[in-house]
Amino acid sequence: MTRYESVLDACGNTPLVGLPRLSPSDSVRLWAKLEDRNPTGSIKDRPALWMIRAAEAAGTLEPGDTILEPTSGNTGIALAMVAKMRGYRLVCVMPENVSAERTQLLRMYGAEIIFSPGAGGSNAAVAMARQIATEHPDWVMLNQYANIANARAHYETTGPELLRDLPTITHFVAGLGTTGTLMGVGRYLREKVESIEIIAAEPRYGELVYGLRNIDEGYVPELYDATVLSRRFSVGTRDAVLRTRQLVEVEGIFAGFSSGAILHAALAVAHEAVKAGRPADVAFVVADGGWKYLSTGAYGGTLADAEDALEGQLWA
Amino acid sequence: MSIEVRVPTILRSYTGGQRVVAGSGDTIADLLGDLDAQFPGFRGRLVTDDGGLHRFVNVYVNDEDVRFLGALDAKLNVGDTVTILPAVAGGSR
Repeated sequence: MTRYESVLDACGNTPLVGLPRLSPSDSVRLWAKLEDRNPTGSIKDRPALWMIRAAEAAGTLEPGDTILEPTSGNTGIALAMVAKMRGYRLVCVMPENVSAERTQLLRMYGAEIIFSPGAGGSNAAVAMARQIATEHPDWVMLNQYANIANARAHYETTGPELLRDLPTITHFVAGLGTTGTLMGVGRYLREKVESIEIIAAEPRYGELVYGLRNIDEGYVPELYDATVLSRRFSVGTRDAVLRTRQLVEVEGIFAGFSSGAILHAALAVAHEAVKAGRPADVAFVVADGGWKYLSTGAYGGTLADAEDALEGQLWA
Repeated sequence: MSIEVRVPTILRSYTGGQRVVAGSGDTIADLLGDLDAQFPGFRGRLVTDDGGLHRFVNVYVNDEDVRFLGALDAKLNVGDTVTILPAVAGGSR
């Protein structure tokens, strides 16, 4: 059934597609979960919908209320759409150094934006949102980094979809940000699949993004539980761009740079499986399409040019 | 001096501003001991009093998080690259 009552009902149930050319062998295969096929074009539609529904069910969110969220992109865009459909005002706090398309999309869906200093990355956005929340106690902060409905969305939907479509799954690879995807899917698959490997791919940005004054200003999302993960890779800008380009050139999948970083980690574990002579079905997340990042110019030119273009940007 | 160590901005006050330094050791713990001898105080910023890695510090060997490789006991080989980064909220969420 591909008919739905409304766009909100069309969230999830995304395709899982094989990568016949990038898979290293017939027995070690890569599978891409195309999360760009959600209503606003990213995996974040799932947590946005679940966090708002959970707040409604708990009675903390009523029509006309204002939602406040630190977000530099996809979660904000997803929340903006869901908020508009369900009658809420949305105020987003985001770093000033995110791509222009994000700002335009947020405003198109009716969100208001407060900019935080780019040098502080998402840390600064989170801190500023907390400050604003104390000034507006009636505003509702869903806080995707701590909201269990974020991980729950993936435990209840993304995880079961993956197992349904790929019962032979051996590895799941996703990006590590709020950690919601990895915590939710990871817990589900660990319950259902013996010796499943849950792999995190963490984007490594330019130095500007790590510009803390002190180690103690660091931040680990409240949702994060390291015991859910098997391994965690840090993927630099160059590798992410290289894999993003490979994905569109070799397999025809036009994705954002975070998906390139995830593919890089997926290929690493796939090649290890080949070396060890073990069969593997490696599922990885394509978190969004490349449309919002075209203005960076990083899809063309040399890799060095692309790396320069993304320096200081939050590309994932 | 066989292991390349990438130092984050906030720790460069210990390394005289160098972003990449060389160290040696068979494990991360050994390496940090060697770095502390070269740059006094360096280890204390990464390792807590109870001997674990600081919660807001991530250390990677060849791009893999050492917490999943034995933490401070993670093995090192000649030619490895170690990257130290503060834990931040990350990017576009």
